[in-house]
Amino acid sequence: MAQQEQIFPPPPPLLTQKPPFEYQLLKHRAVPGIAKLDVYRANGGYKGLERAVKMQPDEVVNVVKASGLRGRGGAGFPAGMKWSFIPKGPGPKYVTCNTDESEPGTFKDHELIENNPHQLIEGVLITCYAISSENGFIYVRGEFARGIRVLKRAVEEARAAGLVGQNILGSGWNCEVVIHSGAGAYICGEESALLESLEGKRGYPRLRPPFPAVAGLYARPTVINNCETLSNVPHVLREGAEWYSKFGTEKTKGFRVYCLSGHVERPGNYELECGTTFRTLINDLGGGAWKGRNIKAFIPGGSSTPMLAPTDEVMDTPMDFEGIAARGSMQGSAGVVVIDDQTCIVGAVLRLVEFYKEESCGKCTPCREGTQWLVQMLHRLENGESREGDLELITDVGGNIAGKSFCLLGDSAPVPYNSALKLFREEFEYHITHKTCMVGPRAGKQLAGVH
Amino acid sequence: MIDNYSDNLESRVGEFTLSEGSRREIEALKKQYPSARSAILPALHVVQAQFGFIPAEPMGELAEILGILRGDVEQVVTFYRMYNQRPVGKFHVKICDSISCYLRGSDELLEHGQNRLGTKLNETTPDGQITLSKIECLAACGAAPCLQVNDEYVYNVQPEQLDEILDSLKSADKNPYFIP
Ligand SMILES: Cc1cc2nc3c(=O)[nH]c(=O)nc-3n(C[C@H](O)[C@H](O)[C@H](O)COP(=O)(O)O)c2cc1C
Ligand code: FES
Repeated sequence: MAQQEQIFPPPPPLLTQKPPFEYQLLKHRAVPGIAKLDVYRANGGYKGLERAVKMQPDEVVNVVKASGLRGRGGAGFPAGMKWSFIPKGPGPKYVTCNTDESEPGTFKDHELIENNPHQLIEGVLITCYAISSENGFIYVRGEFARGIRVLKRAVEEARAAGLVGQNILGSGWNCEVVIHSGAGAYICGEESALLESLEGKRGYPRLRPPFPAVAGLYARPTVINNCETLSNVPHVLREGAEWYSKFGTEKTKGFRVYCLSGHVERPGNYELECGTTFRTLINDLGGGAWKGRNIKAFIPGGSSTPMLAPTDEVMDTPMDFEGIAARGSMQGSAGVVVIDDQTCIVGAVLRLVEFYKEESCGKCTPCREGTQWLVQMLHRLENGESREGDLELITDVGGNIAGKSFCLLGDSAPVPYNSALKLFREEFEYHITHKTCMVGPRAGKQLAGVH
Repeated sequence: MIDNYSDNLESRVGEFTLSEGSRREIEALKKQYPSARSAILPALHVVQAQFGFIPAEPMGELAEILGILRGDVEQVVTFYRMYNQRPVGKFHVKICDSISCYLRGSDELLEHGQNRLGTKLNETTPDGQITLSKIECLAACGAAPCLQVNDEYVYNVQPEQLDEILDSLKSADKNPYFIP
């Protein structure tokens, strides 16, 4: 069917016959119809699960540990180690897959679930087996309505084939996979808020400890992993830890989907070996800045990570957790957002911070009030209504949110401003002294009333 | 209690009871979870699919089915962005305005759409067909600017295409952007 062969969201155009890295996670781009069980299985699908159920659960954990697979949701915690924290005792344990994907600049899970749903379901099943769980929940942001339909159909297909439900593959182990829909809230990507939400409450983050491995969903031991993390798991089990760890860098193994967006010629998802450089992604594959312009700055790992200027040193940095940290930023969710030199940085920062104001859950005061203030002050700055000393005031308010909020959302809110101020202080000051933008379409135009 | 749908409540009593189909769907959802309360979010999507928003009456019905308090339902409805607490147009056009879409022209798109429809953001056209809103990142930043018509995506939208989209929705009965 034509419809199944079309890929949403649309991938970037291929420059060469062969992709830059042989598709693993994004295999649907090479194999049309892989969303269907028979096609998936004909391409090695569920071989990983078949292997897993013949092993002891602990052995599965050890394979994932040995592969070096690290979380793709943001922090990069080793997946196998996370699983090994689950206590062995009796009683229910849960696996929850974080497919809330709402961090601006990130859109990999979206493509993964709409086009390759069995890969994720297989990953969830293997994870359940590894921690002796009989319930996996895939928490999908509600806006992915089609992704949810695709996943639900895939679960039913898998059930009919004996891959979900009772006595899976004759192993005597039972497991259910439930596709759960969220309803629009960035905070539900934060793991403890996700658990609250999955329990049917407001998505307010929880105090930790206890950590989810001890008391998570329904106060039971729970593993939470990102959608892309779990989509890697079938490959690890099918091909083995040694194969997987051949890819990537010393501390960041494997391959991942980098999301490229903003002012580039060819935005889209790119599956690459971990540790590929920014230059390869942004310039060679992405075509560099659009409209023949230059790159002013870029965000390397989703809106919560500090901006970087495209110096040679930065462009040649390998995109792995350690490499990007050495440049003063973070790998985060691997959402690379490029900003061209015709952009007013104050306007861009305002837009970035507005997101955190909109998405603050309201539970704690520093984040709820502080993000409002940040936006008000940045608004004034953008519109040429700021006074001498306002830049310091904004820094100060940001400093009273970060580290003083209940969860990491508050820590992220001042990041765009702080990192941009370091790189483009002159432009921020220009807004105060000239009451207008230094660059961009409004440059030189009087924005506020003359005093 | 939230009275979100009508100035003349009394004349509309009974208009907002859950259909048999919705009830069945909610009962089925409830069975998926170790705790019935977990079904609230998906169940509210069922309610919204029936009415186009979340009226006050079925919140009580829903609470009863799930064996929880009405307040438990209300606190969820008021927290999550996707639940419309007031009626919206038959087609709710939501334009993403987060960073990647902003960098590629979402503000212009929002401006353009308001002019085309002659309504402001979050207002509904007089015929009840279209409401235009902005929304935070839709996780389709590589196909920016993008939007949703109800819960279905449209990618890489330029102003001329927005005209086409809005025009097609004026007379549409079903969502033309639905892909199974
Ligand atoms: C405000 C906030 C939002 C987050 N959003 C997401 C998200 O949308 N998806 C995700 O996988 N992780 C998100 N995370 C990270 C999760 O809390 C968690 O670390 C992650 O799901 C763990 O999975 P991993 O180890 O596989 O990366 C978010 C964290 C914070 C603080
Ligand atoms: S910024 Fe618009 S979809 Fe992410």
